[in-house]
Amino acid sequence: MTDIWAGLQAAFWLIVTLDADLAEITLRSLHVSLSALVIASVFALPFGTWLAVQRFRYRRGVISIMNALMGLPPVVVGLIVYLLLSRSGPFGVFGLLFTPTAMIIAQVIIIAPLIASITHQAMRELWAEYHDLLISMNTTKRQRIATLIWDGRRTLLTAALAGFGRAIGEVGAIMIVGGNIDHATRVLTTAIALETGKGDFALALGLGFVLIALALLVNFATHTLSRTEREGRW
Amino acid sequence: MALTLALRDVTVRRRKKRILGPISLDLASMGTTIVLGPNGAGKTTLLKVMHGVERLSDGKVTWSIPEDAARQQQAYVFQNPIMLRRTVFQNLAFPLELIRTPKAQIADRVAHWAARIKLDDALDQSALRLSGGEKQKLALARALIKEPAVLFLDEPCANLDGRATREIEALLQDTHKQGTRIIMTTHDLGQARRLATDVLFLLNGTLHDGGQAQGFFENPQTPEARAFLKGDIVE
Repeated sequence: MTDIWAGLQAAFWLIVTLDADLAEITLRSLHVSLSALVIASVFALPFGTWLAVQRFRYRRGVISIMNALMGLPPVVVGLIVYLLLSRSGPFGVFGLLFTPTAMIIAQVIIIAPLIASITHQAMRELWAEYHDLLISMNTTKRQRIATLIWDGRRTLLTAALAGFGRAIGEVGAIMIVGGNIDHATRVLTTAIALETGKGDFALALGLGFVLIALALLVNFATHTLSRTEREGRW
Repeated sequence: MALTLALRDVTVRRRKKRILGPISLDLASMGTTIVLGPNGAGKTTLLKVMHGVERLSDGKVTWSIPEDAARQQQAYVFQNPIMLRRTVFQNLAFPLELIRTPKAQIADRVAHWAARIKLDDALDQSALRLSGGEKQKLALARALIKEPAVLFLDEPCANLDGRATREIEALLQDTHKQGTRIIMTTHDLGQARRLATDVLFLLNGTLHDGGQAQGFFENPQTPEARAFLKGDIVE
């Protein structure tokens, strides 16, 4: 209990004193996770919707694989990305290892199946509702997907936020590919792991509370901007 | 070019069970055809076959113009209106947006149709919040806003009260006068008598009787059609 109280105090002082290190790693956390979210969403939202609309031979297999990939162990993803980006790996020439870009790549791989899978579930229900209408209107496949994405955008927001939640709280993969380098690749989660290892539980907890507050803030801001719970809407 | 339709030996089977056909018929470019028959007779399937959204097991459906062009000139209204999760305005605008109609033109036509169905005060309201009758009127206006040459309606007034039914029938009569070909299923014999120029009577998936409306209602050719018109149960 004392540790939690000390953690709350640490978090309070870190925020009110506008600690420069805290601001830096918080902004880096946001940069990495939001970038990963945008990139993953660009692929995963249309893909999940396409899977709901399209019938093809190995559809069930693809859906099963996608659902299974939701449970990808981040450490394994980190290891694979590490091997791909290391000097001796196929993409070593780009020199991306231990950079925020490597961390973004790892997070995209982790959250894209999650976003695609939730999108697919939501869009399947909406497609069942709209199917006859959109078919009778002679819409193209592109128009069907666009209509579903637009009309299901609030559900898709939930999918995206689930992806953001997984990304911002992820530590295993980004520790491996980012290296937790001070002023370069250190983010909130890797900093918490470091401070815990050093035995500075108060600071680690303080950073943890900042992380939770950040996640809540992003969720709240997104819901407010998209007006999901406004009275009189769907 | 007048849009005529020909069905030749059209058959629909599902899981090896015959749902419809074989049916052969020709539909002229004008008029209101009412498809009658008891439940399970194949009315909705026939409508979907004509509209081109039902897979045929056998036979052929031919329009007098290429199929793609014919599909663009058709609209379909379902028994249970399907509303997009959008406002009334956006629901009306949707078919026009699909064909990339200029925004100013969309606004004009939406305003016109919203006034016709008396929903001009509800343009910003969610379509999901409308009453059953309002939803069906909106579905009909959304179908008509593209000015289709052929309009299919699958029991559009089922579950509606007399007032909503009267409003929809008035819209359909106007639509008929403006030259739109109407093909509609109904269980309501009174409505069939009010609207039909010709009738198709289906029984067990086949075309059992039919013809010009007056002739069919006054002198049906088959005992089943006579029984159906009397209100008897026909199987």
